[in-house]
Amino acid sequence: MMKKALLLTILCTIGGHVLAQKYFTRNGKVVFESDAPIERIEAVNNKALCVWDSETGAVEMAILIKSFNFEKALMEEHFNENYMESEKFPKAIFKGHVINMSSIDLTKDGAYTGEIEGDLTMHGVTQSIILNTNISVENGEVKAITSFEIAVADYDIKIPKIVRDNIAKTVQIVVDLDLKLLDK
Amino acid sequence: MRSFLLGLILVFGSASLSAQDDLLSLIEDDAEEETIYASALWKTTRVINLQSLENVAPGALDFRISHRFGFVNQGIYEFFGLDNATIRFGLELGLTDRLMAGFGRSSFQKTFDGFLKYKLLRQSTGKKSMPISVSAFTSMTINTLKNDDPDIEVLFSSRLAFAFQVIIGRKFSEGFTMQFSPTLIHRNLVETTDEENDVYALGIAGRHKIGKRIAINAEYIHVFPGQISDEYTNSLSIGVDIETGGHVFQLHFTNSTAMVEKGFVAENIGDFFKGDIRFGFNISRVFHLWDHKGKKEKKP
Repeated sequence: MMKKALLLTILCTIGGHVLAQKYFTRNGKVVFESDAPIERIEAVNNKALCVWDSETGAVEMAILIKSFNFEKALMEEHFNENYMESEKFPKAIFKGHVINMSSIDLTKDGAYTGEIEGDLTMHGVTQSIILNTNISVENGEVKAITSFEIAVADYDIKIPKIVRDNIAKTVQIVVDLDLKLLDK
Repeated sequence: MRSFLLGLILVFGSASLSAQDDLLSLIEDDAEEETIYASALWKTTRVINLQSLENVAPGALDFRISHRFGFVNQGIYEFFGLDNATIRFGLELGLTDRLMAGFGRSSFQKTFDGFLKYKLLRQSTGKKSMPISVSAFTSMTINTLKNDDPDIEVLFSSRLAFAFQVIIGRKFSEGFTMQFSPTLIHRNLVETTDEENDVYALGIAGRHKIGKRIAINAEYIHVFPGQISDEYTNSLSIGVDIETGGHVFQLHFTNSTAMVEKGFVAENIGDFFKGDIRFGFNISRVFHLWDHKGKKEKKP
């Protein structure tokens, strides 16, 4: 009886996980690009967290603002202190879901376009955005790449006039994720 | 037995249910916690005269131009001191995340100075938690004034003075930082036998940000009594830091002329409260020289 019960619980838990498969990464790449007349600024964050529930289509992502690496240390300091105020608002968080989840089968190799709708919260402001994401599955490995533009003013980030030619009003964000199956 | 089974199912069932609420919590719990170092404790490497807990970033060169004018209470004839200026030019380089080196030339006693500053502890939260930052600072100055007195032979070693400082401080909030700087000045030669070669002092400094790019700084250096001549006073300064992109402008009122430790700690003239106040400024311009290796972590 004891053995059976154990077997049953194990089966139950495994069964539950097959139904609700989740993919995740802890080192997703997020690139920030600002292309202004005088200066081009690029920063990379290699520590993005992402969990994607392939059953419900729900996607959540989080990055630490302080984990962005800039070429110039001073840019990094100003990014954190003057613009993103990363001590006050340490994270950027995206919560959304893939609208066309039914047309994506992550168990088969192939390329898909996922339409993700959700809310991006950073610098204390939440805005809804739509991300068209290229998703490819190869040998069970899931890759998701998306890029989108953000108007910094939408997130209450002010650029002083003195640096308006150094910092773009609209910045490009590229997200590149290698997702693995979450086994728990 | 059945209730045991039921209980198990319930436990697992509820666990996966609650997980649905917040997907990120699934991986955040056991995600490696990072160490987050407090940044921008000060706008630049100086409070006003005192060294701050900040270093020049690795790979960056800070070109500093500092002026201290004459006493404001000299009146309109001296244009409130602006007719007289003491200057220091400095080139200061960030070598690693923790170490910086600087060289400077001051018109005060035609002094050349060289210094090293090393971050021993860095205030941080997360994986490694550290409530304070501690830096060690040492400098050497060479007085290169001509010897006017033919009867005295001045050895090169007599022209040297040294400063040793430990800087202990904390960024208490986004806007407020405080630090203490126990200081030892050693002069190889002093003017009179009444003066000590070694002078112990304690610097106290604080800043309060009044905007994202503007801060108010104040510092005071207490020289413990009985070490230097009575004509010397303690250095007191108050100023504003204004940051504009690659520049930091520090404008201040101080009773100190010298911009090297030996001068503003142990040979400071002027009583702040009797109007012996000078206007002064430091301008810092940072140039990016090379990419620091540790900065760019590119994972495959």
